[in-house]
Amino acid sequence: MSAYYSRIIKAGFINFTRNGWVTLATVMIMVITLFVIGSIMLSNVLLVSVLTRIEKKVDVSIYLKTTAKEEDILILKSKLENLPEVDEIRYMTRKEALSSFMERHKNNALITQSLDELGDNPLGASLNVHAKNSEQYESVAMFLSSPAFSSIIDKINYFQNKIVIERLSNILTTSRRAGFGISLVLAVIAVLVAFNTIRLAIYTSKDEISVMRLVGAKNSFIRGPFIVEGILYGIISAFVTMVAFYPLTLWLGPKAEFFFGGLNLFEYYISNFFQFFIILLFIGTILGSFSSFIAIRRYLKV
Amino acid sequence: MIYFDHVSKVYSPTSTALDDVSFTIEPKEFISIVGKSGAGKTTLLKLLLAEEKPSSGRVFFESQNVHSLPRTAIHKIRRRIGTIFQDFRLLASKTCYENIAFAMEASGSTDEEIEADVPQVMDLVGLMNKAWHFPHELSGGEKQRAAIARAIVNRPDVIIADEPTGNLDPINTWEIIELLKKINSMGTTVILATHAKDIINSLDKRVITIEDGKIIRDAKRGRYVL
Repeated sequence: MSAYYSRIIKAGFINFTRNGWVTLATVMIMVITLFVIGSIMLSNVLLVSVLTRIEKKVDVSIYLKTTAKEEDILILKSKLENLPEVDEIRYMTRKEALSSFMERHKNNALITQSLDELGDNPLGASLNVHAKNSEQYESVAMFLSSPAFSSIIDKINYFQNKIVIERLSNILTTSRRAGFGISLVLAVIAVLVAFNTIRLAIYTSKDEISVMRLVGAKNSFIRGPFIVEGILYGIISAFVTMVAFYPLTLWLGPKAEFFFGGLNLFEYYISNFFQFFIILLFIGTILGSFSSFIAIRRYLKV
Repeated sequence: MIYFDHVSKVYSPTSTALDDVSFTIEPKEFISIVGKSGAGKTTLLKLLLAEEKPSSGRVFFESQNVHSLPRTAIHKIRRRIGTIFQDFRLLASKTCYENIAFAMEASGSTDEEIEADVPQVMDLVGLMNKAWHFPHELSGGEKQRAAIARAIVNRPDVIIADEPTGNLDPINTWEIIELLKKINSMGTTVILATHAKDIINSLDKRVITIEDGKIIRDAKRGRYVL
């Protein structure tokens, strides 16, 4: 039995090396396919990082009345923290609000003077709320508008920014969906191209396959080497693709970082090198072997 | 050993390849099937190899109805039948040696058996010095001898030769026929389909003549008469 499998594997390797041009063409198409898939993965990472950064910039500030007591504020804060939609809350006390205001206007003598004259701190404390998702601000705002809190809340800036936040949230959702849709379509096209190339490669061997059948070879014995060949296409292509991404991300990384901000693609590529390679290797070998399996089926009917 | 039982093959209503053909082939026979091109010779051989299915009737190899076998078991019959074609049908990506070894690999022979038997049959057909050549580097006669070596290496019970000399010059033709006679004398049944008059007349063996899909003559020591 082991001789059986070693023969299949050996025949697969021999076919791979002897079918020079067919092998080269197929590997090149597979490289392009894996390259498209890899690029989709990288651009998704970039898109997600950009969208997350934009989303992080959205928040809702609750300005509290100057008369609000500290313990009431803390109760409100802990209630907000218990909401499932809330990601993070920053509490700015009246003192902090004043000092940051002073800091901002330290060059404006008029303002500092008038503050000095006022004696008391005119600013209220504020709570800065980050929701997990930009769509959730609405429900946070609803929660806050209940009459229980109206004694301490002065105003909530959500209602001023409502339209902007909603629009942004729509854009974010649409971008994610579009990104996913485009990725899916491109990936399907790439896979189909690779699949058809392998089908053509096997088509060139269809006469040989029928001869093998007539000589008395079992189907699995004929199919085996083609599947080994398909797996080899996948492995070699994954290697070549990984190598091709190195200079590309090295060149593109700083540019993309400058343009989109945040993530450096090259660093991402290097730090996820292994996972990235495993994914491409997996896709490549599955695509290669599965395409071979499907393509050869029709020629085995002799 | 081989029995065609009222076999008909109709490709389309206007094209009947075989029409109610029945005959028996005994073990160790050398039988020639003659007829014009399109008479149904190749169809007859394809039916025996289960390359085609009959429209009606049955084909038996020993007691086995060839066409009742599932597709996954046909190879068991084919391993007992060696086939030689007019167009050689060698595997282009394999060397002469590998082509012959492939038939043994496919039938599950051990590496030791392959290393012992392949050189032996190559010697028999006179191809020892061409073992590592690819088919495109061989002449027509050499290709056909390689194909014969492949057909006999598994020691089949039957050799089917479909116009084996159709693409060869007269000298190579006689060499191939001599080889087939030698194989037959070693105890293998040979079925030869041809339309070469000289070959049939010199063989002096059983001849089945087909015309328009029907057997019109079956002579023990036949001659080519059409």
